[in-house]
Amino acid sequence: MDKTDHNILFHKMFHIEGGNFTSAGLISDQVKKILKEAGIPKKVIRRASIATFEAEMNVICYATQGDLSLFITPLFLKIVVDDEGHGIPDIHLAMSEGYSTADEKIREWGFGAGMGLPNIRRNTDEMVLTSTFRQGTHLEFVIYLERQETQLPFE
Amino acid sequence: MTVLDIVKSFELKIRGGKDQLDEEITGGYASDLLSDVIAHSRKGNIWITIQTHPNIVAVATMKELAGIILAGGREPDADTIQKAEEEGIPILISPLFTFELVGKLYQKGISGMSSC
Repeated sequence: MDKTDHNILFHKMFHIEGGNFTSAGLISDQVKKILKEAGIPKKVIRRASIATFEAEMNVICYATQGDLSLFITPLFLKIVVDDEGHGIPDIHLAMSEGYSTADEKIREWGFGAGMGLPNIRRNTDEMVLTSTFRQGTHLEFVIYLERQETQLPFE
Repeated sequence: MTVLDIVKSFELKIRGGKDQLDEEITGGYASDLLSDVIAHSRKGNIWITIQTHPNIVAVATMKELAGIILAGGREPDADTIQKAEEEGIPILISPLFTFELVGKLYQKGISGMSSC
């Protein structure tokens, strides 16, 4: 997914503080506002909001800190998240619905359903997830502006 | 059946989005885990939860839900109400606990998905 080098219309990076549940959702709110102002189709904004929300929550729940970058191109949106934190020992397991390593505190806030990564996959067109256990996680996903939800490869 | 209909039927208190009560309810979903609601709720659903923080409004907005009912008489946080007003999401309160409330909504004809 190295196709963002050209035609980047917009780029912004947001810092996310791990463990700060009181500010949870603020980054995805900002991303949503930017996409609205950019005139992105409503359906794309809805999918991007869900995927960004879940990505932001993963940093808050499982990392000490992270950065989320939004790229807008004429053809697609791309979001890249890099964090320092727990990392994921088994990505295949983490991608399965219902699997979660969330502790009590995370669950009290209503997170840790084991649906975050599956929700990101379901609402994006391309997704890459790599991680080094006890170091951090790299996530990037692409949502095409024109593509219909019925064409999603994962549905 | 609209949100206003269930507000009247169940004498729900309104804590936000009071101008958005005319939306038709397409069904219901009950869960306190946000990603579970993101995965399984449908547009126009009424959502029953005991979570009270502002992210419930974020979830309801993303999924275009008809409204949120807080069970067990729970009151939303102040910033949850503010966000609900901004986004136009009704936040309602029922003194009933989730099980009782869902049962009564079901009797009124609001159903959920039969399975995932």
